Amino acid sequence: MTPILSVNNIQVVYKDVILVLKGMSLEVGEGKIVTILGNNGAGKTTTLKAISGILKSEDGEVTDGSIEFYGQRIDKKYPESIVRMGIFQVMEGRRVVEDMTVEENIMAGSHTQRNRKNKKKDMEMVYHYFPRLIERRKVMAGYISGGEQQMLVVGRALMSRPKLLLLDEPSMGLSPLLVAEIFNIIKTINNEKGISFLLVEQNARLALSIASHGYVMENGRIVLDDTVEKLMDNEDVKEFYLGLTEVGKKKSYRDVKHYKRRKRWLT
Amino acid sequence: MTGNISFFLQLFLTGMVVGSIYALVALGFVLIYKSTSILNFAQGELLMFGAYVCLALTVELNIPFIWSFLLTLFFSFALGALLERTILRPMIGESIISVIMITIALSTVMRSLIQIVWGTETKVFPPTFSEEPIHFLGLFIAEIHLYSLSFALICVALFGLFFKFSSAGLAMRVTAFDQQIAHTMGINIKRIFALAWAISAIVSSIGGIILGNINGINNLLAHMGLKVFPCVILGGLDSIIGAIVGGFLIGILENLAGGYLDPILGGGVKDVAPYVFLVVMLMIKPYGLFGKVLIERL
Repeated sequence: MTPILSVNNIQVVYKDVILVLKGMSLEVGEGKIVTILGNNGAGKTTTLKAISGILKSEDGEVTDGSIEFYGQRIDKKYPESIVRMGIFQVMEGRRVVEDMTVEENIMAGSHTQRNRKNKKKDMEMVYHYFPRLIERRKVMAGYISGGEQQMLVVGRALMSRPKLLLLDEPSMGLSPLLVAEIFNIIKTINNEKGISFLLVEQNARLALSIASHGYVMENGRIVLDDTVEKLMDNEDVKEFYLGLTEVGKKKSYRDVKHYKRRKRWLT
Repeated sequence: MTGNISFFLQLFLTGMVVGSIYALVALGFVLIYKSTSILNFAQGELLMFGAYVCLALTVELNIPFIWSFLLTLFFSFALGALLERTILRPMIGESIISVIMITIALSTVMRSLIQIVWGTETKVFPPTFSEEPIHFLGLFIAEIHLYSLSFALICVALFGLFFKFSSAGLAMRVTAFDQQIAHTMGINIKRIFALAWAISAIVSSIGGIILGNINGINNLLAHMGLKVFPCVILGGLDSIIGAIVGGFLIGILENLAGGYLDPILGGGVKDVAPYVFLVVMLMIKPYGLFGKVLIERL
């Protein structure tokens, strides 16, 4: 099956000098959930920004390689046309428009849509997936809880009728219960609407639980990629991302000389 | 007794009328500040432009007032968008002070151009509204005042609806709040900037036309651009509602101050009052009545 999104060996440079991505490649298949794991500063967020085109407003640039969406080059396009093509990025940190109500926030997400009737229908769909938002609809988005804000930004993204959603750290700063709820909803949306997801997460266990394919990123490039099942079996992933040595066995204190063990993919 | 109350009400009413015009111009000012974070010192000139164009269309081309009015709005829209595209867009990313200097230069250039074209003497609109004052609860109100008040209120209401329900209005608010969020939603920010300038030029020229009909037109009209500052500081620089409320309050305040203090202090209070108020306001509540209050959750 041909992927809907393919990132081919891209290099990203900020402010003409800072090299952030050094030959990054990945693919997202239609209707799939794909996740990118990696430490802080590995370049996960930058990858998402390169895809959505937001990079350009931060003085960043894809200087090499290409990004294709349904066979069309998008790495030189601006975010407004990329959103129209069906890619919507949900940025890290629950970026709601605080001085607008929940409903206005959702409505604003449909900026690229023209048909008023469709907007109404889409809004009902958002409330269907996130029923918690219904009673909060008239409240300023700055005052709702963190979990509700996260639901709001995902719901807002659905209003643009995306084919691919880029989610950046949706679990950040939320209680485990809420995170589970949100991830369930994401899975449901993926099943029912066939929307593909590219998910960036620090919480590797969680991300691997709903994804079908995973990439491990370090220092601006992919060091490992495989199906989720195989990644979960990988010794290094277990050690560095899932915090286990052998399944079920806790680490002894003596073995915590973490730094001594080299990751196998570093040669 | 009744004399005192009706004197007060009369001042209040006149204040409302003037205030409604301030509110319009302040709305235009805040619109630009909010979405592009530019302090526009050429707001008064946009107003002057509207007034002169409408006058020229009515007097020199003999177009009926209502049509020349609508045409003026169209020209203002074009002027606003053009100014943004040619003068301010290249300044995106430059320091705030340079952008402010540009708007100051713009104000001087526009005022001079208008004077070159239309001269400096005061011109008056042909009487469109009846001179006969209307009796209203024992108060006198000129027909034009009544029109201007209701017209300004309609404009304000229309803009309220625009920002609440239209796609472009919501997009403008998103852009004003956070440009990066706007990017992710597929909002074309440059178009929003142009739209902000265009709408701002329109509301200002509506204010200019109304003022022109009341007082006649000369280059003093541009001082309205300065009057905007007390209004927006009072209301809060980044609040649309604040601009409107601030406009009305300053209008009323100025008239009351003029009516009651002028006889004591010997005139001129009316012109100074808004600025005195501005200074006081900056000392006690620098963010204004409706200025951005950062929402913090605990």
